[in-house]
Amino acid sequence: MCLALPALVVERRDGDEALVELGGVRKSVSLALVPAAAVGDYVVVHVGFAIGLLDPEEAARTLALFAEAAEAAR
Amino acid sequence: MKTDYQRPIDWRQGRVDLNHGAGGRAAAQLVDELFARAFDNEWLRQGDDGAALPAPPPGHRLVMATDGHVISPLFFPGGDIGGLAVHGTVNDVAMLGATPLYLAASFILEEGFALAELKTIVESMAAAAREAGVAIVTGDTKVVERGKGDGVFITTTGVGALPPGRAIGGANARPGDVVLLSGTIGEHGVAVLSQRESLEFETRIVSDTAALNGLVAAMLAAVPEGAVRTLRDPTRGGVATTLNEIARQSGVGLHLDEAAIPMQAQVAAACELLGLDPLYVANEGKLLAVAASEHAEALLAAMRAHPRGRDAAIIGRVVADERRFVQMTTRLGGRRIVDWLSGEQLPRIC
Amino acid sequence: MKYVDEFRDGDTARHLAERIAAEADPARRYAFMEFCGGHTHAIARYGVASLLPANVRMIHGPGCPVCVLPIGRVDQAIALALQHGAIVCTYGDTMRVPASGGLSLLKAKARGGDIRMVYSAADALKVARQNPAREVVFFAIGFETTTPPTALVLRQAAAEDLANFSVLCCHVLTPAAITHVLNSPEVAQWGTVPLDGFVGPAHVSIVIGSAPYEPFAAAYRKPVVIAGFEPLDMMQAILMLVRQVNDGRAEVENEFVRAVGREGNAAAIAAMAEVFEHRESFEWRGLGTVPDSALRLRPAYARFDAEQRFSLTYQPVPDHKRCECGAILRGVKTPSDCSLFGTVCTPDNPMGSCMVSSEGACAAHYAYGRFKDIPVVAA
Repeated sequence: MCLALPALVVERRDGDEALVELGGVRKSVSLALVPAAAVGDYVVVHVGFAIGLLDPEEAARTLALFAEAAEAAR
Repeated sequence: MKTDYQRPIDWRQGRVDLNHGAGGRAAAQLVDELFARAFDNEWLRQGDDGAALPAPPPGHRLVMATDGHVISPLFFPGGDIGGLAVHGTVNDVAMLGATPLYLAASFILEEGFALAELKTIVESMAAAAREAGVAIVTGDTKVVERGKGDGVFITTTGVGALPPGRAIGGANARPGDVVLLSGTIGEHGVAVLSQRESLEFETRIVSDTAALNGLVAAMLAAVPEGAVRTLRDPTRGGVATTLNEIARQSGVGLHLDEAAIPMQAQVAAACELLGLDPLYVANEGKLLAVAASEHAEALLAAMRAHPRGRDAAIIGRVVADERRFVQMTTRLGGRRIVDWLSGEQLPRIC
Repeated sequence: MKYVDEFRDGDTARHLAERIAAEADPARRYAFMEFCGGHTHAIARYGVASLLPANVRMIHGPGCPVCVLPIGRVDQAIALALQHGAIVCTYGDTMRVPASGGLSLLKAKARGGDIRMVYSAADALKVARQNPAREVVFFAIGFETTTPPTALVLRQAAAEDLANFSVLCCHVLTPAAITHVLNSPEVAQWGTVPLDGFVGPAHVSIVIGSAPYEPFAAAYRKPVVIAGFEPLDMMQAILMLVRQVNDGRAEVENEFVRAVGREGNAAAIAAMAEVFEHRESFEWRGLGTVPDSALRLRPAYARFDAEQRFSLTYQPVPDHKRCECGAILRGVKTPSDCSLFGTVCTPDNPMGSCMVSSEGACAAHYAYGRFKDIPVVAA
């Protein structure tokens, strides 16, 4: 359930609206649920609303965890 | 031709009215000043109700295909219903390995439709036909009352010539054959969908609508007769549905490699956003080919040398499977079934 | 696509699969339920199940809002369009859900109902503004992810004092459903809960946080690992669950740390709390009536509540009597155990909730998984 994707905030617009980009596709979404989001942040977008912020450091840590599994598998 | 109409057609403000389909002066004026002028050729110039055409050389067979075109919106990034109506039928004829020669076109116009838009559509058809090297030799125009149509519906019927000994069809795939795809998938469907209200993107993904008879000719010239078993354009239902049709007709299974299927990054992203599987999204300028494996590389090279096949790839193989399943090794390395599309593909939220 | 493609890498998937195979105890069986349809879809679309050892089995849970939407609710939406003449706006997902009398929203549209597909709840509000002379109803479905947008839209409608807009609220709650699965009589009937742990929701958890899963991880001694919806997230979570089971732990762990915190999204939780309150009970398709498992509009928003505005009453409608969806959603049966599966009940003609959406357990198994029941053909 709940199709949502991480997208980059590229431009803040009037009110809560912002332009986000995902894989070269740009779309206008509402940031009303993530008031702290700024240009350059990645937000998780669901039905036209950003519902959360993505933490790049934690993402890097999770990827490092995968790499550990790869090491262990060798 | 000398015209004796009282007033010129108002191409700026004019609209289709019921007179344009009534068979009287207004109808004749529209045919003369729009359709006949745009599609101009020796058969249309004769002004008869049908066209008497030269028969193909002895031994050739006739191939005939027809396709009704209804699309909303009528104009979309990369094309319009006019070009699409030519490409769709030209491609259907070409997919049998035939050379498309002639088209018939039938228009259902809605009362109130802007003549300026009709003119654009007809000129786009004419350009598409010229580019594909086919002549639109006969046609018909009807007008329905406002509210009973959606601007314009176009049905085209195509005739082509099939050389002796050529047998290309959906039932000819055999285990061991390879599956080729002429280019990136999903552009037409995403381009049309992205124009619908509320699904709008700020990035333009352009429809791939194009005639493929040139590509087919180049492919068939590159390999011996019989090497190409099946050609089909994955329009509605996309690559997945077309491959299931081939598997069913030929009584074989197909095995695809997801990583080999070409796709533009933007199309992939748009499909993710809308919850669509690009394997089921429509294409209007791509073809799938099943070919004997020993000629696959030559065929691939010929496809890549043609502008319409620049991104061609071998995407899978034909296997023996009496259940006729289309299976796929996913990008992740897992396996799954690629099933028939059930119902229309609708954007999802979950 | 950044933060997407890295989490779909084939080589890493192979390594994670090797780790899972190495750490799973061959002497025992592991059954994990992925609650969310998003995970079910990822398993199916990427063929994750085919990468798991035979003794690690994934059970598809009830976390697909389309699947669990009962017939009676779709009937209400159809009545709004056909009998009350309202414009009904809804997400594309609900268009094909079967309703009574062979209808669905798609078929009701063909009968003249003004039913419009929207991508966002905000678009329903736009339709209301553009059609001031018509009643416009947003048929709102979904879990805690889709609920905050509906809350914001209702807040906006109140601010604008939009007189022609209302919501048919079918929003449901995740923790209640998971508890219900663990408590269900079918499970008791089978003697034991056949689940060794849960893969916790990705996007729902962004909103509600990881804390709500803690009580039942403790009470039911079931490990929970919250995971993202990408296939590598899923596989990492399975590895973490295997480890918990091996260690005899039952903790809430969070694989999706890049987006999920313990407390969730405060702004979203506040918006939901302002606009919605719990319903005493709500019918879930396949699960029956589940207490405290859904939301309705608070009295302050009563004028936007379509059920009150149009005096709708709820009429439950039973599923096909041989339908096994209830047992499948609780993990006690598999799609292949159902006599209707693949014969009477197919994605083109769904009988039960699990076949309704592509995320349902049966639909996913039908579309992607059938090859597991049959010998795999060498490529």
